[in-house]
Amino acid sequence: MTSTTRPAPTSSSGAISPRLLGDAIGVDLAKHVKAFGPIPAQQKVKRGHAGALVAEVEASGLAGRGGGWFPTGRKMHAVVTAARTSRKDPVVVVNAMEGEPAASKDSVLVHRNPHLVLDGAVLAAQAVGSSVAYVVAHRGSRSVGTLERAVAQRQGDPVELRVLSAPARYVASEESALAHFVGEGIGLPVTVPPRVFESGVRRRPTFLSNAETFAHIALVARRGSGWFRQVGDPAQPGTMLVSVSGAVAQPGVVEVPTGTTMRQILGLAGGTTGAVAAAVTGGYGGAWVSAGAAIDLPFSVDGLRPIGGVPGAGVLAVLPTDACGLVETARVVQWMAGQGAGQCGPCRFGLAAVAQDFAMLSAGRLKGTGLAGLEKRLGIIPGRGACRHPDGAVRFAGTALQVFDDEVQRHLSGHCSAGRRTFVLPVPAGKVALPVERPGEEWR
Amino acid sequence: MSGHIVTVDRIACDGFGTCAQLLPERIILDEWGYPIIDPTPVKGSEAQHAKRAVNACPRLALKLVKAPHEAPAAARPVAQRR
Repeated sequence: MTSTTRPAPTSSSGAISPRLLGDAIGVDLAKHVKAFGPIPAQQKVKRGHAGALVAEVEASGLAGRGGGWFPTGRKMHAVVTAARTSRKDPVVVVNAMEGEPAASKDSVLVHRNPHLVLDGAVLAAQAVGSSVAYVVAHRGSRSVGTLERAVAQRQGDPVELRVLSAPARYVASEESALAHFVGEGIGLPVTVPPRVFESGVRRRPTFLSNAETFAHIALVARRGSGWFRQVGDPAQPGTMLVSVSGAVAQPGVVEVPTGTTMRQILGLAGGTTGAVAAAVTGGYGGAWVSAGAAIDLPFSVDGLRPIGGVPGAGVLAVLPTDACGLVETARVVQWMAGQGAGQCGPCRFGLAAVAQDFAMLSAGRLKGTGLAGLEKRLGIIPGRGACRHPDGAVRFAGTALQVFDDEVQRHLSGHCSAGRRTFVLPVPAGKVALPVERPGEEWR
Repeated sequence: MSGHIVTVDRIACDGFGTCAQLLPERIILDEWGYPIIDPTPVKGSEAQHAKRAVNACPRLALKLVKAPHEAPAAARPVAQRR
């Protein structure tokens, strides 16, 4: 998708002045310091002790922006506790991989305000007692060079910053895969427990979160938890970046308070380009929602839950009424099946079977018994992989059957009501379904 | 054996299916041959069969582990990705 950005204007629509995506600063450190002030000094902590920032982050209510929405302060506390019990110094990992094809928020953030992300990494590392923070982006992406240039501008950080480039595979940005890559150079998920917060990079307690989360940490450290809570859904306060795509006039990234309605978000993206049927929320491991049901709900964990939607990694992709949701889903599920690591049978064979079913369904060649088989498969796959890649793909597929139930019935009798000949959701080109027996070069 | 559950290392498991033959009380195979395991604690009467299944797994993927007590919330972050 394109990566245009527009700051959220101050208005009565619930939008506020942007926190993360204000003026484009770029890699110039002096400009960054002028705009945001210098990075706050922190006292050095002893191993197993939390810096004051941890409590401040906890008080802020910041939750992970990579899709999990887990309370960031609690995660930092868990890392500190694990450092105390294991007597190992923790490691910090910033996930700037942006594995979601329909997302561009991490790269937009990295290009506009790389030092906000890096400040957050340094501050979080100090607060949990880590001497190094790894910032990881997809190999071959522009973010790698931007981050390297930004790091080169910095001097005197109390923490070492290292930029790494990881394989551009969807599942390589799963947390255990990312910790595995940083430690051993192999971007494949590993069996958990132990979880990454207690035993991640080289078996050290590892604080790993999304790039946007770190940018928020940098602002909490400067302005405090009270300031952070001034906007957004009280359960997960603050602003969030939303990558809006599909049937909108100006696809791109917008910054809004959490819990802003989808109607307002679409308005910030220039409004819809016609009648819309449904939307992908969260990402390709997220959920379809019907546009009618979702349009006035808060875009937040609690707001979307009643209709099965998820804010996830801040993806909102809108489907026009002339597109076929089943055809779109079939393409995405096929891609997701090919993005797994191929390590776990239920994911490797299960997602391939679901993708095949959806290909048949979207082509109008699936019968009622085939649909029953598909539904049974969707029921038995979740929870049976080492990571949650299969769970996400199955949720995406399952919500398509619910949201497009009329269209499912039409397809079972060999018809499709879509008039459109082009696809709406981006699906990267590349190899499809190539599970590996042992880690090949593509994962290193 | 009370308080123990049967689990499988999904990455190690290659779908040999031995477990479902030795412990059919708790394990069935999906259509691709991979185990679907009853998550409730193993009953005393099943303990011998469960141990035999664990010992017979050709990939050493099957395990008997203590049923997790309700872990403190801070120790259970949900999956974080991307």
